[in-house]
Amino acid sequence: MTQGIYRVISNRPIAPSVYKAELAGDTSGLTAPGQFINIKIEGLYLRRPISIYDYDEGKITVIYKTVGAGTEKLAKAAPGDKFDILAGLGNGFDISKPTQKPLLIGGGVGIPPLYKLCRELLQKGKRVSVVLGFNKKEEIFCEKEFSSLGAAVTVATVDGSYGIKGFVTDAMRNIDYDFFYTCGPLAMYKAIENTAVTSGQFSFEERMGCGFGACMGCSCKTKYGSKRICKDGPVLDREEIIW
Amino acid sequence: MVDTRVTLSGIELANPVIPASGAFGFGYEFAELYDINILGSISFKGTTKEPRFGNPTPRIAEASAGLLNSVGLQNPGVNKVISEELPKLKKCFNKPVLANVSGFSVEDYAYTCEKLDTEDCIGWFEINISCPNVHGGGLAFGTDPKNAAAVTRAVKKVTNKPVYIKLSPNVTDITEIAKACEAAGADGLSLINTLLGMRIDLKTKKPVLTNKTGGFSGPAVKPVALRMVYDVYEAVKIPIIGMGGISTAEDVIEMMLAGARATEVGAANLIEPFACKNIIENLPAVMEKYNIKSLNEIIGGAHNG
Ligand SMILES: Cc1cc2nc3c(=O)[nH]c(=O)nc-3n(C[C@H](O)[C@H](O)[C@H](O)COP(=O)(O)OP(=O)(O)OC[C@H]3O[C@@H](n4cnc5c(N)ncnc54)[C@H](O)[C@@H]3O)c2cc1C
Ligand SMILES: Cc1cc2nc3c(=O)[nH]c(=O)nc-3n(C[C@H](O)[C@H](O)[C@H](O)COP(=O)(O)O)c2cc1C
Ligand code: FES
Repeated sequence: MTQGIYRVISNRPIAPSVYKAELAGDTSGLTAPGQFINIKIEGLYLRRPISIYDYDEGKITVIYKTVGAGTEKLAKAAPGDKFDILAGLGNGFDISKPTQKPLLIGGGVGIPPLYKLCRELLQKGKRVSVVLGFNKKEEIFCEKEFSSLGAAVTVATVDGSYGIKGFVTDAMRNIDYDFFYTCGPLAMYKAIENTAVTSGQFSFEERMGCGFGACMGCSCKTKYGSKRICKDGPVLDREEIIW
Repeated sequence: MVDTRVTLSGIELANPVIPASGAFGFGYEFAELYDINILGSISFKGTTKEPRFGNPTPRIAEASAGLLNSVGLQNPGVNKVISEELPKLKKCFNKPVLANVSGFSVEDYAYTCEKLDTEDCIGWFEINISCPNVHGGGLAFGTDPKNAAAVTRAVKKVTNKPVYIKLSPNVTDITEIAKACEAAGADGLSLINTLLGMRIDLKTKKPVLTNKTGGFSGPAVKPVALRMVYDVYEAVKIPIIGMGGISTAEDVIEMMLAGARATEVGAANLIEPFACKNIIENLPAVMEKYNIKSLNEIIGGAHNG
């Protein structure tokens, strides 16, 4: 983990209530895709955790949805504004899993952390399939970003206004995969748990006090004892999760 | 050169800055960030007889200039604290620590303290009789002078180390509990623990915390903590460790003027992982600014006579 002051390079809407922000600052603490940052927002006491969508030397990109006071303030940030950020939090996805045909399943604002993962898996020469789930066509984001990386992308919308009609699990049925990585809402996880035929990794969310393992605010029970979502997670193996 | 040293029951601390129990784990998370040997001491995570997962999540909530927590004393139990956590703590911290202990009966407290008593790294016991987050325990001891005295006596029987009793602010008259602990043999007092509070989510129209209520701490509680330390200082002769909302070197000095001999920093560590380091580094300059040569001289300085 590192702490630093980050400068906003850009911050703009990419879908209704969904924003993409590029932040310039120290990236030396980042070790894996699927890690998150914890961002201090003026006027609020607790930092707000946001997954890292992508990073390169000196630049972090995040995608977030405005759902309350903190994310609404963040949406108003302009280029040049500065934020105090803890970066490189959490374990992230394990890209050394024995897989040749990984499937990435994202639901809504759970999609962002899969992007850097997708990039790294493709770099390792894997054949990556991606399923993105949304409620309706207007909410779709990042489809092009994933396909231009070279992944085979399928979109599912609940109302059928774009792509496959239904849930991500309806789209998964026709895809050949040997491992999956997923990030999204709990209801989607339960459906995946009932549908998926291989091992996989799930990324979890929990209310956080610190984000770096100090307060025990974010603990969850697993088959191997209690784990802190912020430090021992947010990514857990399918085999250890208690549903 | 200013002198930041203070003494707690015969043990000297390089400075009065101690991370508070529950906000610093067993130290090693922070040792990855800075050399924690600069700290005066550490109060480690509340330890109980049996392992505890604590309350269901969400157990953290935003509050004005602070936070609510209903963690509920998650800890691996005294045996694992001794076999796994303390060895890790000792690897990164070489000074005496405060053993923060909780229980659900007088016997629990005595059992846990007796087990921990043989650990050399423990300089003091800090007996938490004030956790607002466990039903049928903790707080029940901290809100009744007779129970508080009973826990104090039971712990004093099993250890020769100095025993500090951690008091709850959730009482009508904190000096009454403080005096009962002093009369029962307490070597010192720690205050305050968190204030019982609640947040309600406007979308769901239900309490944010699954436990419904949680302990409120952070900068917002500092005036309450100062007032309580001030009152207790007038009521007892034993030393006080003051806490509640401390985030800066100025806050440390203010708390000492109210009557604290040392101070603890809780919530601030969670928001600002380098909080204690920053406080310690800023202390000398702030002391100079206010013409303070030695912290020892300002303890209780706000009182008349
Ligand atoms: C590891 C992790 C990664 C995340 N990644 C993303 C991301 O990439 N994009 C994105 O849009 N959102 C993400 N979230 C959710 C995001 O943290 C919340 O939406 C945000 O904190 C809401 O803050 P607010 O002030 O706008 O809302 P408020 O409702 O005012 O928040 C109040 C409190 O609840 C917490 N909170 C609210 N919703 C959540 C939630 N879903 N999960 C955890 N805590 C919550 C806040 O942090 C804050 O402490 C992530 C959460 C976690 C734990
Ligand atoms: C997340 C969290 C966990 C805590 N756990 C304990 C505990 O286990 N034992 C204890 O005596 N106090 C515990 N406390 C209380 C603190 O030690 C301290 O008394 C209180 O938070 C006031 O200080 P602050 O305003 O600096 O946070 C906890 C506080 C927080 C925020
Ligand atoms: S949020 Fe503090 S331990 Fe995870």
